[in-house]
Amino acid sequence: MIEAQDLLLFKEIEQFVYREARLQDSHEYDAWEALWTDDGMYWIPANGDDIDPESQMSIIYDNRSRIALRIKQFHTGKRHTQTPRSRLCRVLSNVELLESTGNEYRVTANSMIFESNARGDTIWGARTEYLLRRESDALKMAKKKVMLSNNDKPLYTLSFLV
Amino acid sequence: MVTASEMVRTDSVHGALYSDEAIFQAELEKIWYRTWVYVGHVSEVPKPNDFVMKVLGPQQVLMTRDRNGEINLLLNRCAHRGNQLCMEQKGNRSSFTCPYHGWTFSNTGQLRGFPFASGYDGADRSKLGLGHVPRVAQYRGFVFGSFAAEGPSLEEHLGAARDALDRLCETSPSGEVEITAGFLQHRAKSNWKFLVENETDGYHPQFVHASIFSVAKSGIGELYGPQSTAVARDLGDGHTENDLRPEFRRIGKPMNWFGTNAERLPEYVASMKAAYGEERATQIMIDGTPHVMIFPNLFIAEIQIFVIQPLAANETVQHVTALQFKDAPDLNRRLRQQTMGSVGPAGFLLADDAEMYERTQRGVTGASKPEWNYLGRGLHRERRDENGFLVGDATDEVTSRGIWRHYRSLMEAG
Repeated sequence: MIEAQDLLLFKEIEQFVYREARLQDSHEYDAWEALWTDDGMYWIPANGDDIDPESQMSIIYDNRSRIALRIKQFHTGKRHTQTPRSRLCRVLSNVELLESTGNEYRVTANSMIFESNARGDTIWGARTEYLLRRESDALKMAKKKVMLSNNDKPLYTLSFLV
Repeated sequence: MVTASEMVRTDSVHGALYSDEAIFQAELEKIWYRTWVYVGHVSEVPKPNDFVMKVLGPQQVLMTRDRNGEINLLLNRCAHRGNQLCMEQKGNRSSFTCPYHGWTFSNTGQLRGFPFASGYDGADRSKLGLGHVPRVAQYRGFVFGSFAAEGPSLEEHLGAARDALDRLCETSPSGEVEITAGFLQHRAKSNWKFLVENETDGYHPQFVHASIFSVAKSGIGELYGPQSTAVARDLGDGHTENDLRPEFRRIGKPMNWFGTNAERLPEYVASMKAAYGEERATQIMIDGTPHVMIFPNLFIAEIQIFVIQPLAANETVQHVTALQFKDAPDLNRRLRQQTMGSVGPAGFLLADDAEMYERTQRGVTGASKPEWNYLGRGLHRERRDENGFLVGDATDEVTSRGIWRHYRSLMEAG
């Protein structure tokens, strides 16, 4: 039987991933970066979802310091591929809490992202796995793995936060 | 009508060369299906009967290693009805069976059999093998194919670019590089020649990559600055390079080319010294790997290789992966990490390069006057180096001019 506190937890998690999606869509880079734990890992595999990122190429395989570098690059104003910025609208759905252990939560969701930029309009689809961790009473993102449905094919530039 | 060759002048090229679909079709015939084109690396098919799906121009080819160890390049198209034969990216098999009507081919391309064979009485099986790339050759493990049954040898085609491949392999303690990390595939709405030109354009890095150079505190920008002693070189035959060795030698620090130092890579440094001796190893580690564009589609960019694949006049895919040095695990990890950060669809560098590929493509599409792109930078200071190659300053367009000179000769050929 589902307890009321489970529903509250689920609602909190759902609100967290929606907030993360909104910050990405609106290019609020610093607020987005603040969602990460100090050991955060941002991973977008290529050529399948279950490759070994320590031996195979990924589209993004950022540790925390590289996440920070990515954000700093946006802030220079000379990240040409995001100048002007992509117009983004994403729908997040199928949010599911897969597992809770202690203060960590494994969560999955699907996203459909509509991107409009100088090249044209592009639709991206992905299944995403999050590892969220409660730190000082707030949820943070310790891992985010974005499994693009077409990660085995040639992709146009993917320079917004996905 | 103006022909492609009339559109290439000493210091400028016509915008239609990048946007005209008829010119693109002519390029397929005169360049992509004629000259030597890079396809893959022997380390992608290490064992007998290994295969991997590769591309040659817009076409899929199966690169196979047969049981005798020979490399074959087979068109991924059944000889019966043209059905895509293999749908796997890589694997190990001695034969391929078409799922449409069951025709089976060996990994050397011969027809092994077809079901209900009585229906083919009198058919000559030897003529029903898979289409294949008639000439396959390799240099230092890099496999090239040519659709022309006759023509210059691979070594002749590579010409002075052979030295660059030698230099690359020499940076590995075993003398061998490997391609084992899988490819990112980055697509751009742009003509393939914008990519080829950009690879050895020493003028753009300070501008296109200013964002990452500033936040990563990278010294790469200065290598391509007005004070740099690096040179842009036309190696002939369409091959070009940015030779950064003069700068690295001036600085004189081993592994500086890789943005690090010898202390951080003790295992690699030790195996280099064991392989080449102290003095030679130190020189190699100061000089670093080449930055060379081997026409028409193999770009060796210090730590990674790019393979350029044209799909249409305005559509190109860049396949990219980290170079891996055989027997250098500590270096290989860094090579992968840096490559993943820099290149591919989300790369700190390449996402901005691709932005420029696409913007220039839009600029030349349907352009009215002025419809010429100007490539005259450094013409007045072009000079011959001690080996007779045309060189210019680090930011000069001697490289682009060399690419176009060769392009014109290929397009003019009968």
